[in-house]
Parts: sequence; structure tokens; C-alpha cells
Amino acid sequence: MNVTTNTRAQRMSFWEKLYLPEIAKGLALTFKTMFKPKLTRQYPEERWEPLGSYRGRPVLVLEEEGERCVACGLCSRVCPALAIEVQAGETEREKERYPVKFEINMLRCIYCGLCEEVCPEEAIVMSKDYDIVFHSQEEAIFGKDKLLVPIARLQERLEFLRQYK
Amino acid sequence: MSSLTLTLIKGAIALNFALVVAAALVYLERRISAWIQYRIGPNRVGPFGLLQPLADVLKLYTKEDIVPYNANKAFHRLAPIISIAVALAVLCVITPASYILLEDGTKLFIAVAPNVNVGFLLILALTSIGVYGITLAGWSSNNKYSLLGGLRSSAQMISYELAMGLAAVAVLMLSESLDMYQIIASQANGRWNIFFQPIGFLIFLVASFAETNRAPFDLPEAEPELVGGYHTEYSGMKFGLFYLAEYANMFTASAVMTTLYLGGYDVPFLPSLLGLQEGTLARVLFELAIFFGKVSVLLFLFIWVRWTLPRFRYDQLMNLGWRVLLPLGLANIIITGAIVFFVR
Ligand code: SF4
Ligand code: SF4
Repeated sequence: MNVTTNTRAQRMSFWEKLYLPEIAKGLALTFKTMFKPKLTRQYPEERWEPLGSYRGRPVLVLEEEGERCVACGLCSRVCPALAIEVQAGETEREKERYPVKFEINMLRCIYCGLCEEVCPEEAIVMSKDYDIVFHSQEEAIFGKDKLLVPIARLQERLEFLRQYK
Repeated sequence: MSSLTLTLIKGAIALNFALVVAAALVYLERRISAWIQYRIGPNRVGPFGLLQPLADVLKLYTKEDIVPYNANKAFHRLAPIISIAVALAVLCVITPASYILLEDGTKLFIAVAPNVNVGFLLILALTSIGVYGITLAGWSSNNKYSLLGGLRSSAQMISYELAMGLAAVAVLMLSESLDMYQIIASQANGRWNIFFQPIGFLIFLVASFAETNRAPFDLPEAEPELVGGYHTEYSGMKFGLFYLAEYANMFTASAVMTTLYLGGYDVPFLPSLLGLQEGTLARVLFELAIFFGKVSVLLFLFIWVRWTLPRFRYDQLMNLGWRVLLPLGLANIIITGAIVFFVR
């Protein structure tokens, strides 16, 4: 049933019912707002620096002697979007295995961070890159050349992982 | 120079001026709305983003022009043309400055069509034709949302045109003429109609918002309920024409209000203080500056109100038009008539 008595419209005072003073109040408010400082960030020049907890594009950790990854394939297995492809090969180094090919299809990746969570070597982590652009589908498949990032630039994320993972 | 070429030249200047103003308004609208919302607005194309309208038009021209398969092609094409043509045609009687006294003693009037003795009626008549543009656009698109938008707009325009006309009648009683030049002359030396007709001005202002389909009366294009309203099925520059027509309409509505209520190009004392003789070029330039200054204030008001007030509901709109503005307008006429009758 519709309640038709004591509605908000009936409780309004005469001046409120006239609307005009209220409209003037509203106009005054928006006029004041015009001169307030702006919240816009001028994006390409002024960039936002995310915190360590930010999940940007996944990257491979690159140490002095090479990548950390041992090509166990867990990340590829867990990836819900089936974005990762790993091919293992043998190496002389202590870890014995390394990825011959490591590709992430950035059109498929959903930035869930499961690959990072599952990796036994802490070899794949989420970076702070958020503006990921490509002009064709082929370009969207990031190989090792684009994925490997020196460990020095990933310290913040690694610290975050050690603290909270 | 024959009077025909003269009129054509004046018309060309007025048309181009109005189109440039319309483009500039699009830029201003985006800038002011941004400021009101704590944003900056377009600032990348050219200095301060001033070339943004140019980029917009370029974009619109390169867009694909899609016409619905079942649309009535002829009317679909005609509708935006009517809209923009009507919006620009009103300019012919706008009087932004008085005249230049030529050496042989003839007066060179600045208005495109000076001394039209039915000037204001012409404006009312032309703006009513504007409804056709929108209604035809809605109907010929063969889309229910467009049709509803078109219907709404015709209902809205007819309702508010009435109130607008009534408000104007009171002004015409004071000026005793329909000629724009005479209307401005009757308000000379600061006897602006807004001081004698505050209620009439308010009615006219509200009705102008409704006539130009601007918020808070932009029901014909209410996005949440009608997708895009009458221009849903338009793309490319045809859409651009509707867009431009809205701003051209704003410009003409502001110019009409300036003429009727704000004394046109009149400012008390200043011209004589500056020693500007009537009929000189300097005086005309001064008058143009005054006129367009007043128009800009009103245009700013248009934009400002749009970004402040929420849209009316349809029944509220009709209520306001028929049950508030119409009686107010009638009362205004009667009171004005009585005062004019007894005082004069
Ligand atoms: S972030 Fe998620 S979707 Fe992206 S590669 Fe890792 S597991 Fe796959
Ligand atoms: S990134 Fe980690 S989980 Fe993936 S293959 Fe390499 S070691 Fe295994």
C-alpha cells in the first residue's frame, strides 16, 4: 500500500517547496567547488607508484647467474586462465633445470597472482607494471625477454611476500 | 553594395560566428563540468585544450555513418538538418548592436534582418519548428527509445513554449513592439525588463532550459531510461549536428533573453562617460562587447545549472509546466496589464 500521508513532500517547509532557494544553495555549492584543488593526476607525466601489495603483471625474477625458475611447471598448471607455457631444459648450474621457453599470454592473464603463490622458488612474482599495451595478439605473448626483471627492482614485492604469504 | 549582398555577408558572419561559439561552448561545457567535479577536463589538444572541439569534429567526420535498416532514410537524414537550420535561423533577428551611421546619412544596421516588425514572433515560430527535428529523428529511426524520446520532447516543448510565450507577452506590453531593436530601445538607460519583470524572467529562463532540452529538463535524451533518446540511432556528423544544434540553441536562447530582459546592448551611463557617439564604429564594437558579455553570463548559467541539478521526473516536468509556470505567467500578464493601464 502506498503511504500518502506525512510524506517527505508534505514535511517540506514553504521555502523548500518553492525550490528556488534550494536551487540557489546547490548552485553556490557547485560554484565553490569550481575553485577547489583538483584531484586529477596527469597520467603519463605524473605516475602512480603502487605499494608492494599491488598485483601488476607477473614477471620472472632474474638473479646474477640467471633466472630463478626451475621450470617445474606448477605455475602453468595452477593458472586459471591457462596463460603460462613453460618448456624445461637442463643446465650445468646447481638447480639443474631451467625454462627454455617461458611465455605468458597477457591477453589471458587475469592478474590473480596464483602463479606467484604456488611457485616453490619464489621465481615468479607480481610486479608494479600496470599499463600493459600491445597492438596485436602476437605482441601480447610475453616471452622471457620481457618477463625477466632484475631482482633489485622486485625487492618491495619479495619483502611483502615474506611478511604476509 | 546592394542590400541583398549586404544581408548575405552579415548572414555568413552571423552563421560562422554562431558555429564557432557552439564549438567553443562544447569545450567550455566539458571544462566547467570538470571543475565542478574536481577534475581538470580536456587540456591536451592545443594550449589549454582549446583545439579539443576541432579534434572532436574531426573524429565525428571520420566515423562511419550508420543508418538503421528499417529507418525512413529521407526523414532520418532531414531531421538533424532541421534541428541545426532552425537553431541558426533564429539568429537573423537577433540584434547584438544598433547601427553605424554612414557618410550619406543611411544607417547600417548590425542585425542580419533589421527592423523586422514581427521579430519576436518570428523567433517563437522558428523555435517551434525545432520540435520537428527532434520528433522526426525519433520517429524515422524506427527504434522505440528514439520514438519515446521524440514524443517526450514534443510534449515538453509544446508545454513550455506556452509559458515562454506568456512570459514574453508581459515584456511586449512594456515595450509595445515586437521589433527586437525597439524592445532594446525601450529598455535604454538601465530600465531593463528584468527589474520590472523578475517573475517573467524566471518563467522565461526555466522555459528556455526546457526548450533547449538542457538539464534539468533533458528528458528527451534521458540516458538511463532512453539509451540516448532521439539521437540513439545517429552516428558520425549527423549526431554531431544534433549536438551542435543544442549548443546553437543555447546561444540563441541566451541572446533572446538578453534582448528581452537584460536590456540587450544597453549599459547605463557608460557609453556617454566614454564619449561614444551613437552610430560610430567604436560605439558598435562597445555594444557588441556588452551584448556578448551578457550572453556569456547566461551561457555560463546554462552550463552551471546542468552540472548542479538532477533531471526532473516526467510528471514533475509536466506539473511544473502546466500547474506552476502557466498560471504564474497568466497572473504576470494580468498584473503587468493592470499596472500599465493605471500608471500610464
Ligand atoms: S596471475 Fe593468474 S592468470 Fe596471470 S599468469 Fe599468474 S596464475 Fe595465470
Ligand atoms: S616460475 Fe616457479 S612455479 Fe613456474 S615453472 Fe618456474 S619455478 Fe615452477
